[in-house]
Amino acid sequence: MSKSAGASELLFRGSDWSFDTLSRTYDAIKEIAIGDLGLDVYPNQLEIISSEQMLDAYSSNGMPLIYQHWSFGKHFVYEDYLYRKGRRGLAYEIVINSNPCIAYLMEENTMALQALVIAHASFGHNHFFKNNYLFKQWTDASAILDYMEFAKGYITRCEERHGLAAVESILDAAHTLMDQAVFRYRRPPRISSAKEQERVRERLEYEERIFSDLWRTLPLPKQSEGSTEAELEAQERKKALNLPEENLLYFLEKTSLILEPWEREILRIVRIVAQYFYPQRQTKVMNEGCATFVHYTIMNKLFDQGKISEGHLLEMLHSHSNVVFQPGFDDPRYSGLNPYAIGFAMMQDIERICMQPTAEDRDWFPEFAGNGDWRGTLIDAWANHRDESFLLQYLSPALIRKMRLFALDDEAKENHYKVSSIHNERGYEKVRSTLSKSYDIGMNQPNIQVVDVDLLGNRHLRLQHTARDGIVLNESTRDATLRHVRRLWGYDVSLVGVDASSGNVLYEVSTDKFTD
Amino acid sequence: MPNFIDRRLNPKDKSLNNRQRFLRRARAELKRVVHQQIKSGKIVDVDVGHSVPFPVDGTSEPNFQPDRSSGRREHVLPGNKEFISGDRLPKPGQGGGTGAGKGAAAEGEMEDDFQFVLSREEVLDLFFEDLELPDMIKSSLKEAVAFKPRRAGFTIAGSPTNINVGRTMRNSFGRRIALRRPKLAEVDALAAEIARLEAKHAKPGTPAYERLAALRRELDILVRRRKVVAYIDPVDIRFNRFEPQPLPNANAVMFCLMDVSGSMGEREKDLAKRFFVLLHLFLKRRYDRIDIVFIRHTHQAHEVDEETFFGSTQSGGTVVSTALEEMQRIILDRYPSRDWNIYAAQASDGDNLSGDSEHCVSLLNNDIMKLCQYYAYVEILDERESAIFRSTDNGTSLWRSYRQVGENWRNFQMTRIAKPGDIYPVFRQLFAKQPTSARNG
Repeated sequence: MSKSAGASELLFRGSDWSFDTLSRTYDAIKEIAIGDLGLDVYPNQLEIISSEQMLDAYSSNGMPLIYQHWSFGKHFVYEDYLYRKGRRGLAYEIVINSNPCIAYLMEENTMALQALVIAHASFGHNHFFKNNYLFKQWTDASAILDYMEFAKGYITRCEERHGLAAVESILDAAHTLMDQAVFRYRRPPRISSAKEQERVRERLEYEERIFSDLWRTLPLPKQSEGSTEAELEAQERKKALNLPEENLLYFLEKTSLILEPWEREILRIVRIVAQYFYPQRQTKVMNEGCATFVHYTIMNKLFDQGKISEGHLLEMLHSHSNVVFQPGFDDPRYSGLNPYAIGFAMMQDIERICMQPTAEDRDWFPEFAGNGDWRGTLIDAWANHRDESFLLQYLSPALIRKMRLFALDDEAKENHYKVSSIHNERGYEKVRSTLSKSYDIGMNQPNIQVVDVDLLGNRHLRLQHTARDGIVLNESTRDATLRHVRRLWGYDVSLVGVDASSGNVLYEVSTDKFTD
Repeated sequence: MPNFIDRRLNPKDKSLNNRQRFLRRARAELKRVVHQQIKSGKIVDVDVGHSVPFPVDGTSEPNFQPDRSSGRREHVLPGNKEFISGDRLPKPGQGGGTGAGKGAAAEGEMEDDFQFVLSREEVLDLFFEDLELPDMIKSSLKEAVAFKPRRAGFTIAGSPTNINVGRTMRNSFGRRIALRRPKLAEVDALAAEIARLEAKHAKPGTPAYERLAALRRELDILVRRRKVVAYIDPVDIRFNRFEPQPLPNANAVMFCLMDVSGSMGEREKDLAKRFFVLLHLFLKRRYDRIDIVFIRHTHQAHEVDEETFFGSTQSGGTVVSTALEEMQRIILDRYPSRDWNIYAAQASDGDNLSGDSEHCVSLLNNDIMKLCQYYAYVEILDERESAIFRSTDNGTSLWRSYRQVGENWRNFQMTRIAKPGDIYPVFRQLFAKQPTSARNG
């Protein structure tokens, strides 16, 4: 709408924002994001919230609504403490992968910051959510809010019907297995709230239909007569169990022998929430890199068009450089690689390789070096990679040199780290693949699968941990978690650690040996 | 055009419910901490928020975690300055050696220095839990002091319902005079004059025409002036000011008397302290100002501060009357009974020098009970003793003697306690008596 309105006019003055300036700025940003960068986004919904509400949003994983559980209270108390002590500031925004894409803006932000946040969240993240293959495949942006609504209502109803304690114990147990509650390879079916409700209703109906008070009166011995039939049935079921199974909660939901229908439904809810967040955990660097690159490009463009003043640009750049700050490993402020820093640096680097490649770049990236189309190259990268593959394909020697990255070998038994490679001709490949591997969640999280169930005997559930590089599990949390698995399974559970390369058994634990 | 939604006015405390669930979860541990703090803290400090360390028991969220002290890993770090491949660097914190510390330390660290504040209500909830108080009493103990708004002058800001019309109009009137706002009558007169002149249709150049023009100018000025000087301007408006005034409350003094001879152990003192805390909370609800006087005695009595009172033991015999005499002296000295409501609570294990109990009775009957609102005597027993003594009238010499006082005075209460749950019944009568005593008095 403001296409012809004086190109040299400032969008806003001063630091206070109003809905009028917000909306004008949004339109200007949108023009660049869609028209120039060629982004493709969900419709946006911008919500203004106060700092208390931001703290609330923190403790519920940033979801606008979530079921009630004490662990969210624990996180809230902790975040609240850090914030009040001044140890940690609040994020400027939170953005939700939904359709429409909801972004929270803090009311304390200045107008310049709001503009930055709109470009970052409502266009950068939004584009990424809509186009990245992981999000496309694994999440359903238009259904998630409805589903959370359903989940919250369902769990509240369960609490009314079965009591707080019963629901809490199921949720506690389910939460411990959240990391093992995702399908890594299989594509999950789409969820839709209406279908979901329908399914619940059917489940209840079925339960009511097969209920017959007569069964209760049958004498016990007669029941055991049909054991041969039960045997056959059990064998068939075991075949149908589809073992091994990587998604523990899915397995327990479908197979557990003791859970009530409503308990299964709760496991399903937790599992779906875990699955929904799974792509975000796999694309931290890319997602933040994409959003940061988008806001940086848009802000500079707005300045070039004379739509924002020098002072405001400086304010934005100040925030921007805080976000992408990467201290060196020996700096007291160092706390790991900053995904914003490395993501943003890589996006800029790709732009440089497209536009002004060196001979080295042409050597390393023959497909796109000097193709002159950085927009298309980036959009293609954002759509088709996750962190691990993105780093493996796009991290350039120039950037490794610039960040002075080096790889360190850490053998737990040794007293020394060994520097395995640095930023030189021999080291680039190795640094790159090591870094890429460290962003592969599948490699870093314990790989634990259900391998066998002794349905005919003592109903023992057997889990197997395939340990890579000799990394075993922390014993105290492992045992505590196994107790929760037993709670859900109903019978004893054992876990065997097997070395991935040699196949040797590293350890074996079973809940029937636990003393409590 | 995006969809803007202003959520700032939405309810803020979305997490409050989850916070309460979290506290409930950590209840056992928090309770222990709060009791510990109450035990070591001052009686008056029970009634405020407490800062407690982050509870660990029952609030852990375990999951399968890789063990940091095993296996082989590769890291990539930024900011290399001098390393070349093949360099070996010593690990930080080598002393740990076996590791396992790293992960645990990171988590423990977070919880060690992390204190969070429980509100006053939450603390009292935890404190009351095993005193077995009826809910009604709990809520009345937790109730804040009542305030009554009282007129206190005028203010320039307030809600529209509190506008003081008289004062506002007076200001407006004064301002209108000072700024010489033309009255409506003046304007009307001028307008009428103009209308009269206009009716004559004077020709330009004649004096009548000049006059008409002058009058029009004058009318213009008047009208503009009326517009500029408003009839009521925001600066005129005055509101009635109200000041919250605490409801009239008298002063109270609470005497804590305790036998500190060797026979009073940790358990006895802890029970006594809980009793004193409860009495203090109760008094605090009803009175604005409460003084607490601590008197401890063996074979002689002294007024001491709270720390000494609960903290130290003394050796010596037991002469209860010394404490009563000391109390009497302090009352006469500092707390005239017409200005002060006097409450006394005595805790003892019942030992007394033979023959002294009679002296106590006469002291109480003749002097002290006339001055006191309420006198509570708690005898702290062994669990085993309590089973024997509970139902019968016999007991220690002090107990038997005090029974005579109890018969004479309705505001004298005595009881034996052996566990925290026994404390409340002492108060039941005190609370139940309130309406009747108010009527009598």
